[in-house]
Amino acid sequence: MSNVLFDAPGPKGRARQRVFGTVGVVIIVAFLGFIVYKFNQSGQFESKMWDPFVNPNVIRTLANGLLNTLIAAVFSIILALIFGAIFGSMRLSTIAPIRWIGTIVVEFFRAVPLVLLILFIFLRYAHAMQGFFDSIGVTDVMDNLGLGRSQGALASLILGLTLYNGSVLAEILRAGVNSVPTGQREAAYSIGLRPTQTLRMILAPQAIRTMLPAIVSQSVVALKDTSLGFIVAFEEFVRSGQLIAANPTLRNYIPMALILGTVYVLINYSLSKFAQYLSNRQQRKTKLSPLKDPALAAVGPGAIK
Amino acid sequence: MNVLIDNLPDLLSGFGKTLALSAIAGVCALILGTILASFRVSPVPVFRAIGTSYVNIFRNTPLVLLFVLFIFGLPQLGITGDHLFAFAAAAMSIYTAAFVCEALRSGINSVNVGQAEAARSIGLTFQQNLSLVILPQAFRAVIPPLASVFIALVKNTAIVEAFGITEAAYQMDSLVRDHPQSIYAVFAGTAAGYIIIVFAISGAARLLERKLEVKR
Repeated sequence: MSNVLFDAPGPKGRARQRVFGTVGVVIIVAFLGFIVYKFNQSGQFESKMWDPFVNPNVIRTLANGLLNTLIAAVFSIILALIFGAIFGSMRLSTIAPIRWIGTIVVEFFRAVPLVLLILFIFLRYAHAMQGFFDSIGVTDVMDNLGLGRSQGALASLILGLTLYNGSVLAEILRAGVNSVPTGQREAAYSIGLRPTQTLRMILAPQAIRTMLPAIVSQSVVALKDTSLGFIVAFEEFVRSGQLIAANPTLRNYIPMALILGTVYVLINYSLSKFAQYLSNRQQRKTKLSPLKDPALAAVGPGAIK
Repeated sequence: MNVLIDNLPDLLSGFGKTLALSAIAGVCALILGTILASFRVSPVPVFRAIGTSYVNIFRNTPLVLLFVLFIFGLPQLGITGDHLFAFAAAAMSIYTAAFVCEALRSGINSVNVGQAEAARSIGLTFQQNLSLVILPQAFRAVIPPLASVFIALVKNTAIVEAFGITEAAYQMDSLVRDHPQSIYAVFAGTAAGYIIIVFAISGAARLLERKLEVKR
């Protein structure tokens, strides 16, 4: 589209673009320079701000934080897929009451802020869940691995993420199944398959392929949202970084945020690229076009996070 | 239930803060996002690169981290004083602007190619083309995705609870800690408040969409 908005530039146009480009670069460089100046002035570049990042203890703490983040992300994505499959098929059910229940559950968890959900689960059930994990020995195992003892918080985080992302995935499943040509469903009915069989054997397998890019993008959202563990004092990546930076002699919040941010951007950017690759491959191979984010967003509240 | 009624003023003032934060951040994000979107379709390659890197950086960073950077980090630069609310609003605006930009860009892409070609053929420049022909049509197409961006914004304001701004989620947190026996009522009440806001936004968006709809 962008190349339809303007004519291919001639010699004068190219010269003008060079001028604009240079001015733009100068402004951006001036802005970044100002930030660097401010950083320098307040001593953000002093070696003591950056020394911790070569300290093995700090690196170990951060690595454990990242591991905690990944554990929370992987578990919540897997559980959310199960939740999404169940409630997505409930929303597609031919039995009205089942459909209503599915709709209420999905709409509720998508409309309530994830923070609220996690807080509620944490305040109400974290104690019981912590006790459960203590009794089956998970706490000790994880503590020995250096991952902390707050399994109640971890479980609250995973549960909250599962309910929210599962609801979004349920919507993705519904949109995916609805994007399968109606002829498929009609053909399945005409050879005598029941609705459940039709969904399981005919529609879902075809829908999965169009859903894949949306599922991967939702995993990026889930991974980003594990940082909400911060709220329940679960030591994931951001929290462990913040705890290190809170050291009164250090207070290197800015270097810490820059480094953590870089790690997040690298992970999430490669996941997004993977989603884009899946989406492109999809467009080449079949006539079903993959679900685009805006289309999903139009379905209801909270498609982005 | 009584806990809810007794503490209604606190809860309502919490939702007031939630709405104020959302409104300020929403307006800032809309302005910044529009500028970024025009950068992303600009004829000047440098501007396109700037727009793309902004979106890639801020869409992939957790909001919590931005709050840490703004609320704990900025005071280290010598910006002192009671700026908690402003810092939170700035972090939210910068984060949300990336999503507004992407929504707008998808809207610009959804405008019929013929419109841009016609505008070019009558000699409009890029700026005129964008501001007179494309954007007015694009804004209509992006009302539903923009509405979900704003809904996400409202829900995301709940994160500032952890940084001590007394908005709705903070009020719920402290109410539950004071009255652990009525946790279900408090949660249901607070959740209902958010649900009302969310449905109000999506309802307003649907109304606006129908009002601005043009037969093509």
